[in-house]
Amino acid sequence: MIPIVLNAPPDGRGLNAPGPLSMAEFLQRIAERGDVEAFRKLFQAYAPRVKAYMMRQGADANTAEELAQETLLTVWRKAGLYSGEKGSATTWIFTIARNLRIDRLRRELTWVELPDGHNEEASSDALPDEILAEQERKLRVQAALATLPPDQLEVVSLSYIEGLSHSEIADRLGLPLGTVKSRMRLAYHKVRESVEDLK
Amino acid sequence: MKITHHPSDASLMSCSAGSMPEAFAAVMASHIAMCPCCRGTLSTMEHIGTALFDQLPPTPVSRPAPVAALRAMDADVPSQGPAQEAGVLGDVPDPLVKVLGTSLDDVPWKRVGPGVWSHNITLSDPSRGDLRLIKIAPGQVVPDHGHHGNEMTLVLRGAYSDASGVYRAGDVADLDEHIEHQPIADPVEGCICLIAVEGRLKFKSRVARLVQPFTGF
Repeated sequence: MIPIVLNAPPDGRGLNAPGPLSMAEFLQRIAERGDVEAFRKLFQAYAPRVKAYMMRQGADANTAEELAQETLLTVWRKAGLYSGEKGSATTWIFTIARNLRIDRLRRELTWVELPDGHNEEASSDALPDEILAEQERKLRVQAALATLPPDQLEVVSLSYIEGLSHSEIADRLGLPLGTVKSRMRLAYHKVRESVEDLK
Repeated sequence: MKITHHPSDASLMSCSAGSMPEAFAAVMASHIAMCPCCRGTLSTMEHIGTALFDQLPPTPVSRPAPVAALRAMDADVPSQGPAQEAGVLGDVPDPLVKVLGTSLDDVPWKRVGPGVWSHNITLSDPSRGDLRLIKIAPGQVVPDHGHHGNEMTLVLRGAYSDASGVYRAGDVADLDEHIEHQPIADPVEGCICLIAVEGRLKFKSRVARLVQPFTGF
């Protein structure tokens, strides 16, 4: 049983504790042999966070719970499409949740597909080095986010976690649209700098 | 295809967050299908979403894992290996094929003015924005206009130019509300663009304002 970290510490081991491979391995077991126990573990680790995410996106508790169930069922169904070198299990599951949210909460077409639908420039085999780099990248992104000025972190969170468009953020905070965009850009540049040498 | 104009970093972030209004998400998805460079940027940005998601305080769930439902489900299998290649079929980017088919020549264009044709793409909630294809005849000038909100244009065929440069197939003009421009279509090929608009455009001249109801953009 994987210990579930209830509140990810800022050093960022988070859901993938204790090792970067565990959640990816559970996904692999689901893909290869329809392992129900592996599904239970993933559900325990991710459903509460998906539910929290859906509630931040404006869903009531009941709807959020249903969407968490549906997200994890989609993970089961699509596990064969997950490929480790395209990103962490958390990234992949978060993307499924994000797409489901667009589809169900906003009732819009999901135009941007899962990350494994892209043919990224730097796609290569999942070398052990790359798996380590993935973990390192995650820690550095979390560290960079932790050092952002609060006004930058605020717009980034409103965009990623609350699902607001730039215009909606501008309205919410009473800021010019240009200010919202420049804060987003500055935040990204800081994150990019922190992982530049890992590319 | 050499792409020289990309969406802003702020727009790419909003795309990675899944927070763009639908019209813009459609333009962005189409550009991404054509642009390996922006796919790389997005994959870095996805770590931001993951990090924030990872740090959300979890909300306890009241129902158990839906294991009974698993048996009834068929697994999705990769159709062409683990990674389906994003791309462009003809000159219609993959994400648009479901609404346009595979050829820009089959689009049921509606003439909206001299040398300008339009095809509206219906959105789930039209009140949040407007998405349309615009076809401009070779050398045709589009009236000088500014925007009430954001506008994002992706060139699909041909080219156009304005004060900020030349935009060819794959290029994106990611304009905010303060920018005014007067695009001219390529003198030989003309131009077909996909345009997302948040607010209605505002034309500068009185003549252009009179034309606006007819051009619809």
